[in-house]
Amino acid sequence: MSDNGQKKPVLEVSNISKSFGAIEAVRGVSFDVYPGEILGVIGPNGCGKTTLFNCILGQLKPDTGMVTLKGHDVTGRSPVKLAKDGLGRTFQLLQVFDSMTVPDNLLTATQAHIGTVFSRLFKQPDLGLRDEVNHVIEQFRLGHLTREEAGSLSYGQQKLLDMAMGLMSGPQIVFLDEPAGGVNLSMLADVKDRLLELNGEGITFAVIEHNMEFIFEVAHRILVMAEGQVLMLGSADEVRQDPKVIEAYLGN
Amino acid sequence: MTEQTSEINQHIQGAALVEDTSSPILRLTGRAVLVGVVITLLLAPMSLSGYGLFLLSLWAVTTIAVQGLNLTMGYAGKISLAQASFMGIGAYTSTLLIQGAGMNFWLGLVIATLVCTAIGALIGFPALRVQGHYLAFVTLGFNELVILVLRNEDWLTGGPLGILDIARPSIFGFSLFEPARFYYFCMVMLALVSLAMWYMIRSPWGRAFKALRDNPFRAESLGLSTTTYTLLAFAIGSGLAGIAGAMLAPLVEFIDPQSFGLQRSLIFLLMVMVGGRGTLAGPFIGVFFVILLPEWLRFTEEYYLIIFSIFVILLIIFFPQGVAGIGPYLQKRFSGDQKNEAS
Repeated sequence: MSDNGQKKPVLEVSNISKSFGAIEAVRGVSFDVYPGEILGVIGPNGCGKTTLFNCILGQLKPDTGMVTLKGHDVTGRSPVKLAKDGLGRTFQLLQVFDSMTVPDNLLTATQAHIGTVFSRLFKQPDLGLRDEVNHVIEQFRLGHLTREEAGSLSYGQQKLLDMAMGLMSGPQIVFLDEPAGGVNLSMLADVKDRLLELNGEGITFAVIEHNMEFIFEVAHRILVMAEGQVLMLGSADEVRQDPKVIEAYLGN
Repeated sequence: MTEQTSEINQHIQGAALVEDTSSPILRLTGRAVLVGVVITLLLAPMSLSGYGLFLLSLWAVTTIAVQGLNLTMGYAGKISLAQASFMGIGAYTSTLLIQGAGMNFWLGLVIATLVCTAIGALIGFPALRVQGHYLAFVTLGFNELVILVLRNEDWLTGGPLGILDIARPSIFGFSLFEPARFYYFCMVMLALVSLAMWYMIRSPWGRAFKALRDNPFRAESLGLSTTTYTLLAFAIGSGLAGIAGAMLAPLVEFIDPQSFGLQRSLIFLLMVMVGGRGTLAGPFIGVFFVILLPEWLRFTEEYYLIIFSIFVILLIIFFPQGVAGIGPYLQKRFSGDQKNEAS
């Protein structure tokens, strides 16, 4: 996204802080995410990336700051509410529904967006989403696993399913926490392909990642965090050459 | 490559979207057993004595209550040791309304069910905060509380002696006094409740309950309110115990506080575990083993409890998913081995 200046951000994060007792995990972090971009978030372990995500996505209440989604203040809303507002996410650790099949996982991931609690009791079991579910299954190359329970899939397959679940409801922006973490090489290429393909379809992402090669390749802009603060925000090249970043994180 | 793709497409099209991981053989066996059981139950009054019919009626009534617990615990993953007290609340409420206030049987049953549903929803609130063992203790405490009220409020409940001579109802002027008639009434009610349960579990609600059990954290991030579904699981589960209670009173023709004590709640829990938690067939099987098996093992006399205990221990060790889980477990193992050989 070269013309960020002209577009309105889909998500504005301003001055988010969060302390746990005496530890200031996140200190006054601000950034914007523009529609259609992939924003990478990197930084050393314990620098507050996941805490920042959790503050934005309602798992934690930030001490200060504001989160604005498409111009609406959504600070401090519950995860349930934010999911319905259009924030999708995956977690650092795998979070799929082990005892359910792949299609059931995907349906579960989107059913809260259809009708009300009570109207859903009287809807078809597949909510008329058969084609959509099959499309996603195909897109994520999970077609040979439709009858398997998610708990019996390999780690990489669960990772793909997890990502697909975060996307099922057509969110405004999807937060991925280490999508490449613990994934083997061939599966890593798969994760990257899916990410770029979906971004090509116009989906916006914010991605925490430790795999530098991966994130430098996919992200349009990169937010570097250190000790709870923003160290810098720029393109992959700018970040790679920045002395502060090299010192704090990348090494030589 | 194209061959592979078409194969994948075939899989996709052939796959049932609704939870159905079973093989065709397993499904056929299941259906055959179901038909066999239904026919046997329909013909049972022709060959069974009054006592036999009483036991089968008790099986049906108990299965309704255990289906409720299976929803709360098996599907939604919230342990409850208060199911018997809800059966008690249902039994006392309906009896007092029908016997005491002269209300119509059906109205009494409906009100008893609604009362249990409402109190069940209230009991769901602690479950929003505490889990596992702590929730077990909260619900256990509630069960004891209900028993204390039933025992001490003599003026209303008849105290420790309970209420005697509860009449069996008539339906549209058709008396259910005869054991065979009451038996059919129980079977019809069991069928209706089971159909409703089957419908709910395969609806989006069923997935939401399972999501709540598997990973409440993830469910929230996908917009599924764990609050709503926890309260629903408790409310509906307790409501079913209410229906069962309102049927138990005229079946046994007398109620007392002790029948709804903690021990009964623990037995309900055992029934869910033995039958197979989180399966539709589980409660039927679990209640069968705990209520009917003792009758057939009578020839073993005092050894019965030893035999039954050994059976339960072996089952929990080898098939922790319960009797209903044995088929899918074997199938998974079998197909799992095939996969390993192939790779």
